[in-house]
Amino acid sequence: MKYLQDIGSYFLMLKRVFGSFTKTSVLRHLIFKEINDLIVSSLGIVAFISFFVGGVVAIQTALNMNNPLIPKSLIGFATRQSVVLEFAPTFISIIMAGKVGSFITSSIGSMRVTEQIDALEVMGINSLNYLVFPKIVALMFYPFVIVFSMFLGIFGGWVAGVYGGFASSSAFVSGLQEDFIPYHLFYAFFKTFVFSFILATVPSWQGYYMKGGALEVGKASTNSFVWTSVLIIAANYIITQLLLSS
Amino acid sequence: MIKVEDVHKSFGEEEILKGITTEFDKGKTNLIIGQSGSGKTVLLKCLLGLFKPEKGRIYYEDKAIQDMDDEEQRRLREEIGMLFQGGALFDSMNIEENVMFPLRMFSKQKKADMLERVNEVLKRVNLENVNKKFPAEISGGMQKRVSIARAIVNKPKFLFCDEPNSGLDPKTATLIDTLIQEITHEYDITTVVVTHDMNSVMEIGEKVVLLKHGKLVWQGTNQEIFKTDNEDVTNFVYSSDLFKKIREVQLKEG
Repeated sequence: MKYLQDIGSYFLMLKRVFGSFTKTSVLRHLIFKEINDLIVSSLGIVAFISFFVGGVVAIQTALNMNNPLIPKSLIGFATRQSVVLEFAPTFISIIMAGKVGSFITSSIGSMRVTEQIDALEVMGINSLNYLVFPKIVALMFYPFVIVFSMFLGIFGGWVAGVYGGFASSSAFVSGLQEDFIPYHLFYAFFKTFVFSFILATVPSWQGYYMKGGALEVGKASTNSFVWTSVLIIAANYIITQLLLSS
Repeated sequence: MIKVEDVHKSFGEEEILKGITTEFDKGKTNLIIGQSGSGKTVLLKCLLGLFKPEKGRIYYEDKAIQDMDDEEQRRLREEIGMLFQGGALFDSMNIEENVMFPLRMFSKQKKADMLERVNEVLKRVNLENVNKKFPAEISGGMQKRVSIARAIVNKPKFLFCDEPNSGLDPKTATLIDTLIQEITHEYDITTVVVTHDMNSVMEIGEKVVLLKHGKLVWQGTNQEIFKTDNEDVTNFVYSSDLFKKIREVQLKEG
């Protein structure tokens, strides 16, 4: 029963987010701030993880190729497929659920605890539009983070493959170009958009409707990470089934 | 003026407000007092429209808040200033931005004009040279004063204060009380203060409403509070040793 209530309150929250808009000049300022807080500030950790995980994928593929008949270009091919289809869109989103999701929940939760949300409501401001809408818009730029992650993941694979002595640069690049299906990019970016919406709204819901004090803000941040991750994984499965299984 | 008629509010099975009827007068500091859990803050949140009462009506001047559509309620809220218990200043904004916030949201003034008004109200609450500081960098008393400045910057008709001097030293608490009363008279607004501080009652209680277990048990002025024989009032007022001694002295002197 509690889950049904929560699902209902999540959708009612979404309805309020898109109703009674905040003044445009204020909203514009908030959107730029959120782009900086949620997108730009995440680039460092995304770059670090993408580069090294791309490298690990390339090394593991190379170390599992014992048959001399398998071409070395497979290292590039496997790196591309792993990074573009799963690692960049899905696993970076899980990492972002920890980084950005916790940030959103704790910042909105702290505002709830210190009555800042009540202050907005008393002033006649639609606090959900003021707080959540700029986050949704900012996270529409999230696919750029994923492009960045894809590029660095493949680059990391190239560095590890070539400088690790597992494949020549031309073999790796040839593998990258092998059997390229543009639809896979559509699939990757379609799910990235869905994940970005989950990343903006689920942590906001956790923070906005939390009750209690500082301890509960911590608990809400943990719940936010768990539920955002669960929903991303579930959405990933459904989207993959719908878009790739045919 | 704000009129409250038979307001009931429950949370689950528990009825917190049990039919409150009273009036809060214009140009006066109206105090809602009572012990913790008596329903003061719930009544305040009903007045602000943050809680919807199950029964009863709340009139702002002549119109009931229940009869207002969303746009009318939004316009009413532009006329309300609120001082929260903890100040509720926005952490991510400096003092100037905090005070300017209602103007940015609701007025079409130029930034220079808004800044002039901000400096005017900051000066009114005796705060200068703090514009660029953040809430975390100033004391609790200063935060309360900034919160008052933010509440009055848009020239409200109604000012609500939730335990304005909690957590403050007696001198700063008196200063905040005095400031609230001065502003009430200066702007001729309806001020409602929720408190359980007897010093505030004595300092600024031009009208006092006592709640007990969600019911209104007494109302009058701060002068009348010492003369009444109402048992609930005497239990509340003389719960502290200081006021017990004052009472003894008063009785001795007849």
